[in-house]
Amino acid sequence: YTYGLPTFVTVVIALYLAQLTCSGEAFNVGQFLEETSPYAWAATGIGLCIGLSVLGAGWGIFMTGASILGGGVRAPRIRTKNLISIIFCEVVAIYGLIIGIVYSARMSFVSPNLIYTRENYFTGYALFWGGLTMGVCNLLCGVSVGIAGSTAALADAADPNLFVKILIVEVFGSIMGLFGLIVGLLMISQASEFTAAVAPAVVSPFVR
Amino acid sequence: MEALLFNVSGGFLEGIVRGYKAGLLTQNQYNNLTQCETIEDFRTQLSATDYGNFLANEPLPISTSTISDKATQLLVDQFNYLRSNAVEPLSKFLEYMTYAYMIDNVILIITGTLHGRNTNELLQRCHPLGIFDTMPALCVATNVEELYHTVLVETPLAPYFRDSVTAADLDDLNIEIIRNTLYKAYLEDFDAFCQSLGGPTAEIMHRILAFEADRRAINITINSFGTQLSKEQRAKLFPTIGRLFPEGNNALARADDIEQVRQACEPVAEYRAFFDSSGPGAGRVNGGAGGGSESTANLLGDLGVSDEFGGGAADLEDRFFVHEVHLNKLAFLQQFQYAVFYSYIKLKEQEIRSLTWIAECIAQNARDRIHDFIPTF
Repeated sequence: YTYGLPTFVTVVIALYLAQLTCSGEAFNVGQFLEETSPYAWAATGIGLCIGLSVLGAGWGIFMTGASILGGGVRAPRIRTKNLISIIFCEVVAIYGLIIGIVYSARMSFVSPNLIYTRENYFTGYALFWGGLTMGVCNLLCGVSVGIAGSTAALADAADPNLFVKILIVEVFGSIMGLFGLIVGLLMISQASEFTAAVAPAVVSPFVR
Repeated sequence: MEALLFNVSGGFLEGIVRGYKAGLLTQNQYNNLTQCETIEDFRTQLSATDYGNFLANEPLPISTSTISDKATQLLVDQFNYLRSNAVEPLSKFLEYMTYAYMIDNVILIITGTLHGRNTNELLQRCHPLGIFDTMPALCVATNVEELYHTVLVETPLAPYFRDSVTAADLDDLNIEIIRNTLYKAYLEDFDAFCQSLGGPTAEIMHRILAFEADRRAINITINSFGTQLSKEQRAKLFPTIGRLFPEGNNALARADDIEQVRQACEPVAEYRAFFDSSGPGAGRVNGGAGGGSESTANLLGDLGVSDEFGGGAADLEDRFFVHEVHLNKLAFLQQFQYAVFYSYIKLKEQEIRSLTWIAECIAQNARDRIHDFIPTF
């Protein structure tokens, strides 16, 4: 049930979505791609970016937090020092926020009959995939920092010398979120904001 | 994968149990304790450890059984704290841990009731970790049939009774055989539960429980030399989850002396080492266990304090304890699993046994044997 059902449901929904855009029973991926508004792609990308980043950050924070609470009962000295791990996790959410703001600056208003230009398609796709990349990077980064932070808290409770050494592991883990940020910014560097299509050039009536 | 969601329900308690483990006595503290001249000194030294002032209100002179009881009470308090904060599946795991003590308590009550002993006295002698609500109901039964049906309905051990023991067996005064049958069913059930949990819990617990199973098989074999226990009966008592299963178990079932026991344990390197250089002890094992006991009442003996002065058998027992402590310490090397809870309780019990030993030696002024305990760290 755990793996089969969601996969099946996802595939069915994806096929239906692709089908709904065209008439009858034809399954036309090209038409689907041409007819979906770039706004849909862009907005989904930004949503995934911030959503998955926050999921990763939250996951890491609860993992580390539970261990700090448990270890702090017998060794109260670890409570303040281990907040650094929580901060590392939090930073991941901030990356998602930054990218969300930068991406949404590219989404400007264009009326629907003028939106379908080549540049706008590109911007739409770039925002979607950039957002997805960013989101997944931050999700995995948050989880990794969370697990390392949990171990750091328990190791610190047992022996104070270990904390700084395990912190280095966490730093390397949080670098992954930074990589995601850099790649996310690079992916949209060529994407201009949404611009209206220019009407085809009309020859002046005075030119013969 | 278990690391992703373990901390949701188990993170806090894992931190707590690792904190408890940090409070176990170190080699240094044991050295200080062995240098105490009187029980007073002993008490003062202990107050500087995690034990604190647990003996503060006791009137002098303090007996070693008081020390043991109070230390056990500390352990029980810690265990109850863990238990009250646990959710599934950790709560089920902790419950499984109590079944071992329940088996001892139930056997104690059954024997006492059939011999007509006082109910209160029996209930007081029960191990606190193995107490369950309907225990007093066992004392009310007047004959074997009633006792058997009460046991089947009222106790959490019902499945172990149902599968292996009949009412007629309870009448037979081979109480040790019943105890070992129950324990075999319990070990196999616990192992199956741990396997269903999967992940590192299953791995580590299987290692620990397999050693427990093999240890019991070896002890049953050695203790049954010279008694009326037939080989078929003996074979039925061996758990099936050990590393000696199936060839080692078969060889142990056929063994007639310690040499054949050693051969049965040859395939497993760790167990081979137990029998090395225990040559002088081997002869005494046979004599000590078999001499003079026509029933199987001595089948396993008390695996604790009473074995100290037993000679050769104690040697082997000591090695078993050392290996058990080693396996339990290994459990702490992995995070996000439940075996730490089991290992902590076992290590704490071992520490209480060591403390009681040291206190006994101080009280009886037998300072030459004071270092014969097994330290944990």
